[in-house]
Amino acid sequence: MAVTTGARPFANSLTAGRLPRGATFGVLAASWLVLLIVFLLLQMGGVTENFNLVGALVLGTVLFAVTLFAVSFAVEGSRLAKDRLATILVTCAFVLALIPLVSLVFTVVTFGAARFDPQFFSYSMRNVVGQGGGAIHAVIGTVEITLAAAAMSVPIGMLTAIYLVEYGRGRLAQAITFLVDVMTGIPSIVAGLFAYALFVLFTEPGVRMGFGGAVALSVLMIPIVVRSTEEMLKLVPNELREASYALGVPKWLTIVKVVLPTSLAGILTGVTLAIARVIGETAPLLIIAGFTASVNYNLFSDRMMTLPVFVYNQYVSQGQDAQAYIDRAWTGALVLILIVMLLNLIARIVARVFAPKSR
Amino acid sequence: MTAVAKTPTAIKAKQRPGDRVFSASTVFAGSLILVILAAVALFLIAQSVPAFAADPADIVGGEGFWSYVAPLAFGTVWGAVIALAIAVPLSIGIALFISHYAPRRLASPLGYVIDLLAAVPSVVYGLWGIGVLAPAVVPFYLWLTENLGWFPLFSGPVSGTGRTILTVAVVLAVMILPIITALSREIFLQTPRLHEEAALALGATRWEMIRMAVLPFGRPGIVSASMLGLGRALGETMAVAIILSPAAIVKFALLQQQNPNTIAANIALSFPESFGLGTNTLIASGLMLFVITLVVNSIARYIVNRRKAFSGAN
Repeated sequence: MAVTTGARPFANSLTAGRLPRGATFGVLAASWLVLLIVFLLLQMGGVTENFNLVGALVLGTVLFAVTLFAVSFAVEGSRLAKDRLATILVTCAFVLALIPLVSLVFTVVTFGAARFDPQFFSYSMRNVVGQGGGAIHAVIGTVEITLAAAAMSVPIGMLTAIYLVEYGRGRLAQAITFLVDVMTGIPSIVAGLFAYALFVLFTEPGVRMGFGGAVALSVLMIPIVVRSTEEMLKLVPNELREASYALGVPKWLTIVKVVLPTSLAGILTGVTLAIARVIGETAPLLIIAGFTASVNYNLFSDRMMTLPVFVYNQYVSQGQDAQAYIDRAWTGALVLILIVMLLNLIARIVARVFAPKSR
Repeated sequence: MTAVAKTPTAIKAKQRPGDRVFSASTVFAGSLILVILAAVALFLIAQSVPAFAADPADIVGGEGFWSYVAPLAFGTVWGAVIALAIAVPLSIGIALFISHYAPRRLASPLGYVIDLLAAVPSVVYGLWGIGVLAPAVVPFYLWLTENLGWFPLFSGPVSGTGRTILTVAVVLAVMILPIITALSREIFLQTPRLHEEAALALGATRWEMIRMAVLPFGRPGIVSASMLGLGRALGETMAVAIILSPAAIVKFALLQQQNPNTIAANIALSFPESFGLGTNTLIASGLMLFVITLVVNSIARYIVNRRKAFSGAN
């Protein structure tokens, strides 16, 4: 009548009830293999026309998730199974987000390479129909408008940030903080409409000018500059300010000679990133700067082409020999991405080079 | 009881001319922000008044401003909501991956890679959407309508070009992913270390730890990040203008050829050729967009400010 006291079922209680170490990758490889074979058979059987690699990998991943969950549920119990499922889902989310990035970069580089030649950077579109032509007018417009926007928004943005961090107390500071938040959320096209509504008051209806684009861009850029500068100024330790005051340095000199140099790297990085943000804006420039085929150096009169609008315009209004227009659009997109990446890179280098020496 | 222990009077620093000039200029710059924002609102309203006041028959469509803008407003909100529904779960996953799953050394490069998505200009997303994504999803849409067509959202006939509101929403989702991810990641990293370690010490698995410690802590942050993403998606112009094949309708179906247009895209498409009252109508619709995004962003800011979790130093 001896009730069998459960003979210890497992040798090692620490690894008992666990899947072996390589289980995850093993199951993943196995399920991909199974689906690849299934799809290969489908293709050979004539069900599908060509081999569907993407479908195989996607369904293989689904199979992997289900199998691993089931196996883990049986061996390890529900809690660890859920943990494994969560890990799979979270990793999948990350991989899924990489797909558009990789696809986008790949597409832009392959399609953009077609017209990435000297002619693209030395010709405008004046009197060009079909092949040839370039985007020099758009590059000039982008550089001028962006510089003008930066020249307006950097001083305003920096001084506002200084006010908020160093001087601002009470109602005005609260109101400004709130309104900077509001400004961050202004849709870019609304900024363009604002610039139009502003300049149409002083000029004739249907006004188009590059300076209007600069105004619209600075509406978008000011809040970014304020936010980043503010964050950087807040990082300056109070001890530095107090040491300066203790030596009898006036407040404004303390700010100019102590606070700003300390946070210079961060501020420059923020400004560069803000420029990178607005240089790709299309909608406001489409509204107020318009589009043209010729070079225009004058910010204050007439239409001015910019690179993003160039891309849009080439793609939307294709003429005879459509492929030439599409190629120009993709090359414009490539140049635009290169500029933005370059600015991001500069921002990182600036952050590293100008960072305060910590010893 | 001598009068020595009076409240100490604040010592007033000596005001030099440099101080006055400098502080006055910072106040001026700060006030300029007030002026600019007031100007944005005022000029938009001033240019919109003709559209509000006009005879309904003169507005495009002939039924007055409100019935002109209603389908556009619907399209704007509908597209942004679908984009949000796609982007939020993904972003939370990515943020968790970067903050709690990826190896510590890889975390910041991976975050940078996701931030790269934010650096791509919207017009390039538009080109990619119409050139690559739209053709690629057509077979999938066909499959959806054939097998799930009974579900109203997926009802046919399917669009042959893939230029539907679902494609637009996918592109919008990709565009707002980085901002939601960045904010959620920040807040996940701020989870008190002791909470996490306590959960793990009680035998929780990593997922249980995240559900018990990280997600409850990060919930307000996730909500406000999503609202900010929604605001971004509402105002996004060029990607929608390039990809969507629009019509002035109110329709929930995701895969058909006729899709509700958005306010922003409609402005971008119609503004270059507009004149007179047409321009005023477009500006008035822009004003509506401004109001919608303002409301959404204010709600987000309200949630953020209720819990000051983002502010760091000092």
